[in-house]
Amino acid sequence: MSNDSQGPLWEVFLQKKAGQPFVHCGNLHAYDKEMALQNARDLYTRRNEGMSIWVVPSSAIVASSPEDMGSFFEPANDKIFRHPTFYQIPDGVGHM
Amino acid sequence: MTSQEALYKYTLRLGDTSLILAQRLSEWTGHGPFLEEDLALTNIALDIFGRGKSLLEYAAKLEGKGRTEDDLAFFRNDREYFNALITEQPNGDYAKTIIRQAIIDCFDLMFYTELAKSKDATLAGIAEKSIKEISYHKRHSFSWVNRFGNGTEESLTRLQNGLNEIWPYAGELFEMNEIDAVLISEGIAVDLNALKSLWEKEISQLIAKANLVQPESTYAHTGSRKALHSEHLSYILAEMQSIPRMHPTAKW
Repeated sequence: MSNDSQGPLWEVFLQKKAGQPFVHCGNLHAYDKEMALQNARDLYTRRNEGMSIWVVPSSAIVASSPEDMGSFFEPANDKIFRHPTFYQIPDGVGHM
Repeated sequence: MTSQEALYKYTLRLGDTSLILAQRLSEWTGHGPFLEEDLALTNIALDIFGRGKSLLEYAAKLEGKGRTEDDLAFFRNDREYFNALITEQPNGDYAKTIIRQAIIDCFDLMFYTELAKSKDATLAGIAEKSIKEISYHKRHSFSWVNRFGNGTEESLTRLQNGLNEIWPYAGELFEMNEIDAVLISEGIAVDLNALKSLWEKEISQLIAKANLVQPESTYAHTGSRKALHSEHLSYILAEMQSIPRMHPTAKW
């Protein structure tokens, strides 16, 4: 079973219930969209894990790389003022 | 033939057809063309096993001799099996397995959609549950037929060879006998004559879309309604039944 006999890689996202976000649950191999959808159904929804499926070619996903970590995320570390914790929420507002 | 006897034999025929097809398909488990497809076909085989179990469970009840679905599955010989001949044909390559499955899925979806209207509540219930499963099986097999037919020269050739081999076994699916006659008059069984032209139309469309040539021969192998089988069934049963027969009182 060589790599090129399995088709390209696809990422699978499942939605548990209507209105909830689609959550990444894994990936799979498939030659086309219909096969990717069917394989996702067979691999990831056998136990009622979802109501709706997205499949996306892995090649279409743009990802940050580990080297980006410093410049991307560290500047946020010392900017606690970005968190909404510096003001009181009036009681009347209730749960936010 | 009493209607109770006819109903038992009819249910047995449907149960055997599901069981043997599932057993054949499960031979691919662990040998599929790639992991995802291996799982897909195994899932399909499991659905069909489930349907076979429900049907044989009901058949055992109708027979009324205290046998269970396991007794019917594991302790009958080939001359007591009524599965359609197409289900016992060897898997061949993946293209042959897929075209056989497409032919059967197309038939089964029409058949069980009609059976869901049966006056026999148990058969209607089993059919109702099966419709959604078979719809998915058909989507899977039809999309693979299209993919093979519109793929490479080799995939088309293999698909065509598979079709040529399996075609003479399709006609038997529509064969009826006195069992059908008794049960049709009571609104229990499906009139297969009514399905044939619909099935032919849909299969012709599939064949055309997949660049296949429909075999000209109208010859149809026959025998399973009388429990006469090709040599393949005995081998399937030997593999399927050897463990339970060796350990008849084992529980699992």
